[in-house]
Amino acid sequence: MSEGIGARVLRKEDKRFLIGKGRYTDDIIEQNQAYAAFVRSPHAHAAVKSIDASAAEAMDGVIAVLNGAQLTGDGIGNIICGWGVTSKDGSPMNMGAWSALATDKVRYVGDAVAIVVADSLATARLAAEMVEVDYDVLPVVVNSVDGLSDGAPQLHENAPGNLVFDWELGNEGPTDAALAGAAFTTEMDIVNNRLSPNAMEPRAAIATFNEADDHYTLYTTSQNPHVARLVLSAFYNVAPEHKLRVIAPDVGGGFGSKIYIYPEEIACLWASMKTNRSVKWTSDRTEAFMTDAHGRDHVTHAKIGFDKDHKIVGLKVDTKANLGAYMSLFSSATPTYLYGTLLSGQYNIENIYCNVKAVYTNTVPVDAYRGAGRPEASYVMERMMETAAREMGVDPAELRRKNFVTEFPHQTPVIMAYDSGDFAANQDQAMEAADYAGFEARRAEAASRGKLRGIGFSNYIEACGIAPSAAVGSLGAGVGLWESAEVRVNPVGTIEVLTGSHSHGQGHETTFTQIVAERFGLPTENIQIVHGDTDKVQFGMGTYGSRSGAVGMSAIVKAMDKVEAKVKKIGAHVLEASEDDIIIEDGAVKVKGTDKQMLWHEVGLAAYTAHNIPEGMEPGLKETSFYDPSNFTFPAGCYICEVEVDPETGTTQIVQFVASDDFGTIINPMIVEGQVHGGIAQGIGQALLEGVVYDDSGQLLSASYMDYAMPRAHDLPNYSVHHQSTTCPGNPLGMKGCGEAGAIGSPPAVINAITDAIGNNDLSMPATPAKVWAAIQAAGAKQAAE
Amino acid sequence: MYETKYHKASSVDEAVSLMGAADDGKLLSGGQTLLPTMKAHLAAPSDLVDVSGIADMNGVGVRGNVISIGAATTHAEVAGNAALQNACAAVTDLAANIGDPAVRHMGTIGGSIANNDPAADYPAALLALGATIKTNARDIAAEDFFVGLFETALEDDEVIVSIGFEAPEKACYAKFPNPASRYAMAGVFVAKTAGGARVAVTGAGDDGVYRQSDMEAALDGNWSAGALTGVSVSADGMLSDMHGDATYRANLVKVMAGRAVAGC
Ligand SMILES: Cc1cc2nc3c(=O)[nH]c(=O)nc-3n(C[C@H](O)[C@H](O)[C@H](O)COP(=O)(O)OP(=O)(O)OC[C@H]3O[C@@H](n4cnc5c(N)ncnc54)[C@H](O)[C@@H]3O)c2cc1C
Repeated sequence: MSEGIGARVLRKEDKRFLIGKGRYTDDIIEQNQAYAAFVRSPHAHAAVKSIDASAAEAMDGVIAVLNGAQLTGDGIGNIICGWGVTSKDGSPMNMGAWSALATDKVRYVGDAVAIVVADSLATARLAAEMVEVDYDVLPVVVNSVDGLSDGAPQLHENAPGNLVFDWELGNEGPTDAALAGAAFTTEMDIVNNRLSPNAMEPRAAIATFNEADDHYTLYTTSQNPHVARLVLSAFYNVAPEHKLRVIAPDVGGGFGSKIYIYPEEIACLWASMKTNRSVKWTSDRTEAFMTDAHGRDHVTHAKIGFDKDHKIVGLKVDTKANLGAYMSLFSSATPTYLYGTLLSGQYNIENIYCNVKAVYTNTVPVDAYRGAGRPEASYVMERMMETAAREMGVDPAELRRKNFVTEFPHQTPVIMAYDSGDFAANQDQAMEAADYAGFEARRAEAASRGKLRGIGFSNYIEACGIAPSAAVGSLGAGVGLWESAEVRVNPVGTIEVLTGSHSHGQGHETTFTQIVAERFGLPTENIQIVHGDTDKVQFGMGTYGSRSGAVGMSAIVKAMDKVEAKVKKIGAHVLEASEDDIIIEDGAVKVKGTDKQMLWHEVGLAAYTAHNIPEGMEPGLKETSFYDPSNFTFPAGCYICEVEVDPETGTTQIVQFVASDDFGTIINPMIVEGQVHGGIAQGIGQALLEGVVYDDSGQLLSASYMDYAMPRAHDLPNYSVHHQSTTCPGNPLGMKGCGEAGAIGSPPAVINAITDAIGNNDLSMPATPAKVWAAIQAAGAKQAAE
Repeated sequence: MYETKYHKASSVDEAVSLMGAADDGKLLSGGQTLLPTMKAHLAAPSDLVDVSGIADMNGVGVRGNVISIGAATTHAEVAGNAALQNACAAVTDLAANIGDPAVRHMGTIGGSIANNDPAADYPAALLALGATIKTNARDIAAEDFFVGLFETALEDDEVIVSIGFEAPEKACYAKFPNPASRYAMAGVFVAKTAGGARVAVTGAGDDGVYRQSDMEAALDGNWSAGALTGVSVSADGMLSDMHGDATYRANLVKVMAGRAVAGC
């Protein structure tokens, strides 16, 4: 089957993107449309004393200027965090109030204070500047360590010491004992740098209130429109669910940042009702840097111990996670259940203890960003392993291999039960592709050209498709993490698949189509994927955490099972055969061993005309499934990075990057490779280039591409991407997920390679030329002193 | 962007008179710096006088070793000019590495030097080449033109018409780009001119482009990268920001100078 599972089918969605016919939120124009601009705080921390909008309101073309007091007065609720994390002393997390428009206080630069609605965007923006806000500036804290210190400025009254929660996982006593008895220990301070997500399409919303039937429509840049509707309705009281339609049309990248429901969508919906106009807002790039949820920002101290045979005996990790000024939707889960649970890495470790303190600071909220917690975990683990290997004088690949989990299922001490994998096979494949054996010769050759060459490993494991719902519920999740699908066979036999997943770059219209084509033997052009509209699609949970394959596609499979069962019944009835003898292949329903058959469209027609279907059968051919997996999936792999550093300038060039991933079943290798390339590009971005910088007063210094360095083509190598897969036993397709692995696995490989090259392990991300050069100088100075 | 009045000038005289008549006019050339500044509401000129279409201000002239570049000539035109490449490839290479293709096809040499961004490339070239900046009113030596950060000797309403210089015996520009913006973190333009060696540094100094006179002295007797090994570059007076501190920039100046000389 040329278009089925495993085929490199070209992306069906690309035509419209390539010819400029994509339909993004900002492309949508409603009748009677007005434009919104937000009045934002220029201060990182201040009391709002008064707001004077009279000059703005007097301007021609200004329709309304609305503030937080009016918003809360209308009963619009505070923004919530959807995952309750409990501190180690049993107390619930300290969630500070977050109003879509600030009422008494602003807590980060960019915090919205008022919304201006005007006839034109230019007028709205000018008017926003005319709104006079009287602030009482307060002291500021921008990093998690300072935030926890005595006397730090306090952000929320109900979070003393700026502590959101003090969470633990694992077993402290036995871990301490194991480390105390260890033959070797390695201890490190590890910082995971703060990142800005930078989706190519900035966030946008267009909200329309229709007073004729008290109904709202919201087009927005969302990864999960149903969840957005649920939260907007149940928690923010914007409108009841049946009076609110949320549509996420083409969305140009999310990386997590478009999971959350932000103040702007809430304010636009509410303002639409207040003004009786469609209200449109599109973020500009500076607003995106200032207000899109950032990622990472961990400060960690970790200690790992080994016995005399170099087997790991214990790991202790202490992390301070910066959550920013407010708790975003999944901000609590990211540094806890998506982080601490992965600290066993690919290794057999009996004793692990992890403590995470989450901290409020005067910065934009921090939440899940491609990888979400797992990049932080793999960075800790893989930096520790490489460092320990160097300190013990053993080969880093060998040290890892000695400690691999080899039997499945494997219960780690940190919740996760790994279901499958063959870590040694991935490592073998990567080492061979990288010609690990030939490295020392390459290093010597580079040295003859004055370059420092280094090599670094990363053996990551991650968890995708978080589930099952009951388990995540018991850990604090406010939602279930199943997925839904409806497979609609039309009377003419063409198929629409309505999915609760959402595609914003992943290529679902291609891969989802492939599994349907394969199942029924139909050409992919006869299949249409429908997503992103709460009026069309049954409830669904959306796309994040690499869940659309393992969970979303599984739901489609389950719905197809039901379609198939009905088709077989109809076939057996019409063809007068036993159901057991009916097979579906090449777009026809056949009686095994005979030449009797119905073409696929004839079955569709039979189902809908209902002239000749089995007694008692309902007409029609449409089935729905809500699929709840039994476990997470565990993609894993081995990444090897080789770099050359120019010692004169500190510039790092990645000269080789090898990936061997275990993603389970691969539906479309081309799309999977694209996901890996993109993920690694983001990981290399984090390792070499990207970093959000706030100054001490809370001003965002990296507020544009002039200062925030995104990876460009010339920063990236030609990737050598390989697969060595084991089948995932947890879902019908055997899939594990591939959307985040690249971003999770690559940063430690890059930093391990650079530190190997320069002979100084004291290097933080982003490893800019300036930092690498300084580290080389420090190493040189140290050597000279010795 | 605030409201503004747009005028397209067809001659230098017309540009000058339009500027004279305007309340708070600004010359517009490629718009690559001015328009983003206006969009960010950081500038609000009452009038924009577009000089990009003025014939006298466009094009590259190479007569023997005498070179003249119109102020409104885009970076792409400079980069692609074969005669100039023959006469002084250092300048065409420099232009070819400014920003990205969109910037190079809009941005102009006049706009660049009038703006005098401390990390811009052209100022280093003009200073090292001992160029003359010709305006509607006078000729200004590059030495005198670049005054400080974003500061030049231009009077209000003065229009740069062209830039002139003599092709040097040898020249080369080595730039270490800022990882984010690709502007220079340290760019060193070295030129072996009739009047001696000249070394100009952009991107690194905290007062904008400057001449590294100790390097010039070292190169005068011995034009070779080796001649620079003994010259030490102080971190005093270097820029320090989130992309690199003064010590790092001082190092880059030295490394880039060596590479520039080696590249000649
Ligand atoms: C993404 C990006 C990357 C860039 N990268 C680089 C880089 O790597 N290196 C680099 O050097 N530059 C870089 N630049 C700047 C670029 O070179 C611009 O072209 C230049 O700074 C301004 O030139 P312009 O023609 O666009 O001038 P404009 O923006 O039109 O004007 C700039 C200023 O000069 C004044 N002006 C314009 N023409 C004249 C004149 N004839 N006489 C007097 N005053 C005049 C204007 O009034 C204004 O104040 C970059 C710009 C961008 C947007």
